[in-house]
Amino acid sequence: MSVEHASTRLIDAYARGDADIAADEVWALEAHLERCGTCRERLSAAVASEAPAVASLVGTVWSELEPQLGTAAAMPPRRRRTAARSAWMTPVMVPWVAGAACVVLIALLLEVAGFRAGFGEAPLVLLLAPLLPVCGVAASWSRGLDPAYELTASAPRAGLYLVLRRTAAVLAVVVPPLLVGGWATGVTAGQWLLPCLAFTSTALALGTVIGVSRACGALVAVWVVVVLAPTLATSRITFALQTDGLPAWGLVLALGVGVVAARRGAYSVLSTHR
Amino acid sequence: MMRAVSAADIAPKAYAWEIQATGLKVRAGAKRMAVDGLDLSLGTGVHGLLGPNGAGKTTLIRALATVLRPAGGSLELLGEPAGGTGGHRELRRRIGYLPQEFGYYKRFTVREFVEYMAWLKEVPDREIPGAVQRAVERVGLADRADSRMKTLSGGMVRRVGIAQAIVNDPAILLLDEPTVGLDPAQRLRFRELLQELGSDACVVVSTHLVEDVAAACTDVVLFAEGRLRFQGTPDGLAAAGGPGHVGDSPLERGYSALLSDSGQGRGSW
Repeated sequence: MSVEHASTRLIDAYARGDADIAADEVWALEAHLERCGTCRERLSAAVASEAPAVASLVGTVWSELEPQLGTAAAMPPRRRRTAARSAWMTPVMVPWVAGAACVVLIALLLEVAGFRAGFGEAPLVLLLAPLLPVCGVAASWSRGLDPAYELTASAPRAGLYLVLRRTAAVLAVVVPPLLVGGWATGVTAGQWLLPCLAFTSTALALGTVIGVSRACGALVAVWVVVVLAPTLATSRITFALQTDGLPAWGLVLALGVGVVAARRGAYSVLSTHR
Repeated sequence: MMRAVSAADIAPKAYAWEIQATGLKVRAGAKRMAVDGLDLSLGTGVHGLLGPNGAGKTTLIRALATVLRPAGGSLELLGEPAGGTGGHRELRRRIGYLPQEFGYYKRFTVREFVEYMAWLKEVPDREIPGAVQRAVERVGLADRADSRMKTLSGGMVRRVGIAQAIVNDPAILLLDEPTVGLDPAQRLRFRELLQELGSDACVVVSTHLVEDVAAACTDVVLFAEGRLRFQGTPDGLAAAGGPGHVGDSPLERGYSALLSDSGQGRGSW
């Protein structure tokens, strides 16, 4: 698109401060100057040649200002790294997610060392997989843990979008070590990934009703009672974790995602932050 | 720096009041109706929201910040209904909110925190550094902008709270007990800032300090037991009190006169 620039006559007259320019012309010229660098440059050249009084005044102001500007601290450049990280994870989440990742690594080491503390055939990775991301999710959206919960909830970005973003960050940290663990112990990825995702989506879905941290606590309790305790008692992999149980986990995952989508509005008000 | 005037700045207003509530009811907790049938219209200016503890000030401010859904009545903010479901994304971009319990991340610097809040408020990426600098300068923290939040005093933290509330140049600014923890000099400076902000935005300041209202507010909203008791100028509030009422200043006497009609403020704390 070709832009029409102001005429030299008009710019010179403006620089001189002529009173005979029509008001609408002044208005149009100023509006144009606001967005046109070329014409601003022409104006400053015109000021130097047409209005030496103005030029010397500007020169005096600059020479007085410069020493003061030299002493004022320059604004430091924005720290990209912090800004990018806090867009995905709040500082509160970091220790929780790091803790979850550490637990996976320790489980992995124990597994490699051939240590199975009374869990019989069940690999630790399988037993821990659903619990760990839930801890991270709890920390990401909780009134008790996150001091800035009310500010976050009142922001335009609050809501499902931010919750999913934080959940994705948790999964991105926790899933890769689990992947290595699953591969090292010979468990199929579906066997642990599906319960892991199903638990996360259920935590978010239940969270819209009773609050995310309560939901996470309840789910951890359910897991301990239904899966961990029977496994400890019988030293065998319970039905829930065998490959036959996968369709059920798939169903839970779909249900969780459905509920979260249907109740997404609940994430932008205060009550989810319990 | 020159700021070009954008189309949004010169767009005509399509509403009469920034905040308009009719028969507004908001629940606090499961049972108690903290705001019970409130009719309120607030325009540009500084509005002091006065009331005894437990009057429902915080609940009302939360409802205005759209983080609590009204249980009944209607609430219109900037001409848009703010009652129903949905995140009110567009609306929230034009609201600034300082909660009573201002929580922050201790390890962040002032600048990082305000930047983070600007990001949460969907300020365009290019404008964030400038907007943050302006907000931090307005609350007088430019020299501490790069210190960590945990090294700040209580009053400074409060000022960071105000900075994050104004970082998106809000049309509605909601401040819940902003003067707590400010020393007298800071309080004076804060009143000046309020008057400045109130010239082109609707500022609602909840407070229990009557003298804050006298000094900085153009309008007083007296609120008790979830209902509107009085709305008018500070002079109007002072005129309501007579020499027989409790209080050290005309405003305090007016305050206790208007509250004592209902048995509140007398015989109880």
